Amino acid sequence: MISAAVVDDLCAAVGRDRVRTSATELNLYKRDASTMDGSAGVVCFPTTTEEVRQCVLVAGRHATPFVARGSGTGLAGGAVPLDEAIVITTTKMNRILSVDAASCLAWVEPGVLNLDLTKHVAPLGLHFAPDPSSQQSCSIGGNVANNSGGPHCLADGVTSAHVIALEVVLADGQVVMLGGEDPEPDGYDLRGAFVGSEGMFGIATRICVRLSQNAPDVRTMLLDFATVEDGAETVSAIIAAGMVPAALEMMDKLCVQAVEAYIHAGLPTEAAAVLLVEVTGLPHGVAADVVRISAIGKQHGAGTVRIAQDEAERALLWKGRKTAFGAIARIKPNYYLHDTVVPRRKLPEVLNEVYRIVERHDLLVLNVFHAGDGNLHPLLVFDRREPGVMDRVHAAGEEIVRVSIAAGGVLSGEHGIGLEKRDFMPWMFSPVDLAAQAALRFAFDPDGLANPHKVLPSGSSCGDISHVPEGAWI
Amino acid sequence: MDLTAMAAEMGGDDPLTIEGAGTRGGRTPGVRCVTAPSGIDWIQADEMTVCCGAGTAVDALSMALAEVGQRVALPPGGTVGGALAVGRSGIRRLGDGPVRETLLQARYVDGAGEIVKAGGPTVKNVSGFDVCRLLVGSTGTLGFLGEVILRTKPLPASSQWFVAAAASDPFTLRRTLYHPVSILWNGATAWVLLEGDPADIEEQAVAGELTPVDDPPALPGPHRWSLAVRELQGLTKMAAGPFLAEVGVGIVHHSSPQPERPRDPAAEELRHRVKVAFDPSGRLNPAPS
Ligand SMILES: Cc1cc2nc3c(=O)[nH]c(=O)nc-3n(C[C@H](O)[C@H](O)[C@H](O)COP(=O)(O)OP(=O)(O)OC[C@H]3O[C@@H](n4cnc5c(N)ncnc54)[C@H](O)[C@@H]3O)c2cc1C
Repeated sequence: MISAAVVDDLCAAVGRDRVRTSATELNLYKRDASTMDGSAGVVCFPTTTEEVRQCVLVAGRHATPFVARGSGTGLAGGAVPLDEAIVITTTKMNRILSVDAASCLAWVEPGVLNLDLTKHVAPLGLHFAPDPSSQQSCSIGGNVANNSGGPHCLADGVTSAHVIALEVVLADGQVVMLGGEDPEPDGYDLRGAFVGSEGMFGIATRICVRLSQNAPDVRTMLLDFATVEDGAETVSAIIAAGMVPAALEMMDKLCVQAVEAYIHAGLPTEAAAVLLVEVTGLPHGVAADVVRISAIGKQHGAGTVRIAQDEAERALLWKGRKTAFGAIARIKPNYYLHDTVVPRRKLPEVLNEVYRIVERHDLLVLNVFHAGDGNLHPLLVFDRREPGVMDRVHAAGEEIVRVSIAAGGVLSGEHGIGLEKRDFMPWMFSPVDLAAQAALRFAFDPDGLANPHKVLPSGSSCGDISHVPEGAWI
Repeated sequence: MDLTAMAAEMGGDDPLTIEGAGTRGGRTPGVRCVTAPSGIDWIQADEMTVCCGAGTAVDALSMALAEVGQRVALPPGGTVGGALAVGRSGIRRLGDGPVRETLLQARYVDGAGEIVKAGGPTVKNVSGFDVCRLLVGSTGTLGFLGEVILRTKPLPASSQWFVAAAASDPFTLRRTLYHPVSILWNGATAWVLLEGDPADIEEQAVAGELTPVDDPPALPGPHRWSLAVRELQGLTKMAAGPFLAEVGVGIVHHSSPQPERPRDPAAEELRHRVKVAFDPSGRLNPAPS
C-alpha cells in the first residue's frame, strides 16, 4: 500500500476528486494494452501543467517513482507502473490549445486523442500525419513518448518529424521548453531526444505539432499475389523504381480471410498476400504512379489490381486494414502483436522464417504490416485458457525478434521497448552504446524517478535495478 | 567502416577538435585536430539508405547517389559529418525537412575514445533513446561522427525554379501550392521551387502565375535568422537591410546578425547536463579560449 502521506500530498496538489486509490481503479491502471501487469500505488488526474508539476514534486519529496500515462494503448508495457508507482494520467488534459493554419501548426495538451486533432483541422484542409491504427484512442502525449508511426508514415515520417516543440515537466519539477516554433532553436535538439523517451525523461504537458496539407488527389489500390514472396518483392521493386507511396501495407492470407469474413469488402481470400498501396499528390504524378505500380505488380505475378473507384470503396479497403485487430477475435480470443523492422529486401526471407517459427510452436500467425518500411507486425493469435500457451507465445515472439535482428533489422519500429524488449536491448547495442543512452536519461532525470526500469536493461543505467513484474514477459 | 584508427587517434585526455572540409566554421584553433574517415561503404537504393564515412564530401556522395536515382537531404558543400554536426538545412527545407531527419544510425567516437553506436540501420526504428537526433546540430561537442547511415530519397522526375508574379503574396502561395520544395521571398519578390511530374509542375505554375527561371537568387549575406513561421509576415518592418526568407520554414538569410533571442535558463541547464553526461572532461570541441 502506498503511504497515506503521498496520497494526502497528491490530494493537496490536484484536489481530492482527482486522486484515486480504490482497488478497482488501481487494477485498471496497472496495465496497458500489452500482456503485462504491474502495480499502481495511486492514480491522479491533473488538468494543468502546474498540477503535473505539483504531482511530480510530491513524487520527488517521497522518493516515489511516477509513470506518465495517456490512453494506455501502448503495446510494450511502457505505461505499466511498477513498485506501486504514482500514475499521472493526462486524460483530463485534452484541449486543443491553438491552431495556426497559415503556419501549419497546432498546440495541444498531451491527452488530446490523435484522431480528434485530425478531425478538428480537417475543415482547414490539414491533418496530423502520424496515424497509428489505434488513432481513435491513443493520446498525442503517448505518440510523442513512443515516437509512434502508422500506415501513412512511409512518405511522411513518424511522430518525431511532426513535433516541433514540447513543454515538459522534468522529474525535478522544472518546466522546460524543448525545441521551438522557430526552425533552428539554440543548442542541442532536446526535443528530438525527448520524443521516443517512453516517459523516462519527464512528462510532456504541451505539444506543438506540425500539420500537413491534405493531398489534392488520392488513389488506393489492392494487389493480390499467389505467394508472399511475390508480394514482398513487389514492395522492394516499387521503392527501387523511385516511388515512395503514401502507404504500402501488406496482409497475408489468414489475415485477409479474417477481415473479409468481418467486413465483406470483396477481398481476394484465396491470395497468399495482398498489398494495399496508396499514392497521393497531384493528379498527373498520382496517375503515373498508379500505372507504374500496376505494371510492377503484374511483373511480379499480381493476380488482379483493384483500384478504388470512389471514396466509399477507398474507405472500405482501408477499413479492411484498420479493422484487422477486431477481425481476429473471430479466430481466437487473444493476440500478441509483435513489432520489428527488417531491410525491405529481407521481407520474403524473414516472413518465411516467421511462418516456420510459429508452426514449430504450434501457434497461428496473421501478418498485417507496414511493408513499405519493412516494419513487420506478426500477430500471434491464441486462447489464453489453453494450458502452457503463453510460454509458446513468448518463445515464438523471442525467436521472431532474433531472426529480425539477424537479418539486419531492429527491435522495434514503432511500439517502443518499454518492459517488453528491455532485456533484448543488448542484442542490438553494446554496453558502451547503452551507457550513452543511460547518460542521456541521467541528464534528464538524475534520480531516475520517471518511469524507472523501462527501456534500459539493468546494469546499463545509473542505479536502475532489474525488476520483473508479476506476469511480465521479459 | 573501421573506426579503430580514429578512436586510437582520439585517445588521451587532451582537448580535441575535428575538421571536415572547414566550410562550416571548422575546428577550434590551437587544439589537436582529428579527421573522420571518408568513403562510401554501400548505397542501397531499394532500401533508400546509404552508409559512408563522416569525412565523405557531400557533393561526392550526391553524385554517387544520383547514379542510382537517389539524393540525400543535406545542404551542398563540405563533408557529411560537418553538415550533420552543424545541422543547418539548405534552402530546400520546406520540401526536404530538417537535416536531423536524415540520420538513421551513427557510429561516433566519444571523449573516452570509445566507439559508440546510436540509432539503427533501417528506415524506421524506435529501439532505445534517440541519440541520433541529439548528435545532429551538436557541433561535435558530444562525440565525433565516424560513420553514418543516412536516409535517401528518389530524385524527382522534374525540378524547376520559378519567379512569382509581382503582385503575388508568398504566404498565399504557401497555402495554395501543393508541397512546394522552397519559397524564397526578399520582401518584394518570391521564388518558388517545384518538383515532381512535369505536367503537375506546369499546372501549378499556371495556377500560381509563376514564370520559370534558371536559378534562385543568391543569399544576401552570411547571417541566418531563425523565426517562427508567422513572424515572417512582419519581416519587412522588422529587418533593415536585404534579406531572403524561407517562407513556411522561418529561416531568414540576412546581411546582419539576428537580434539576441530570449534564452530559457531551464533548457540551458539541461543542455549543460547533457554535455557533462556525454563528455565529462569537456575535451571535445572546446570553445575557443
Ligand atoms: C489495436 C492497437 C493498434 C496499434 N497500432 C499502432 C500503430 O499502428 N502504430 C504505432 O506506433 N502504435 C500502435 N499501437 C500502440 C499505441 O497505440 C501507441 O504506442 C500510442 O502512441 C500510445 O499512446 P497512449 O496514449 O495509449 O500511451 P500510453 O500507453 O498511455 O503510454 C505509452 C508510453 O508513453 C508514456 N507517456 C504517455 N503520455 C506521456 C506524456 N504526456 N509525457 C511523457 N510520457 C508519456 C508512458 O509513460 C508510456 O511509456 C497500437 C495499439 C493498439 C492497442
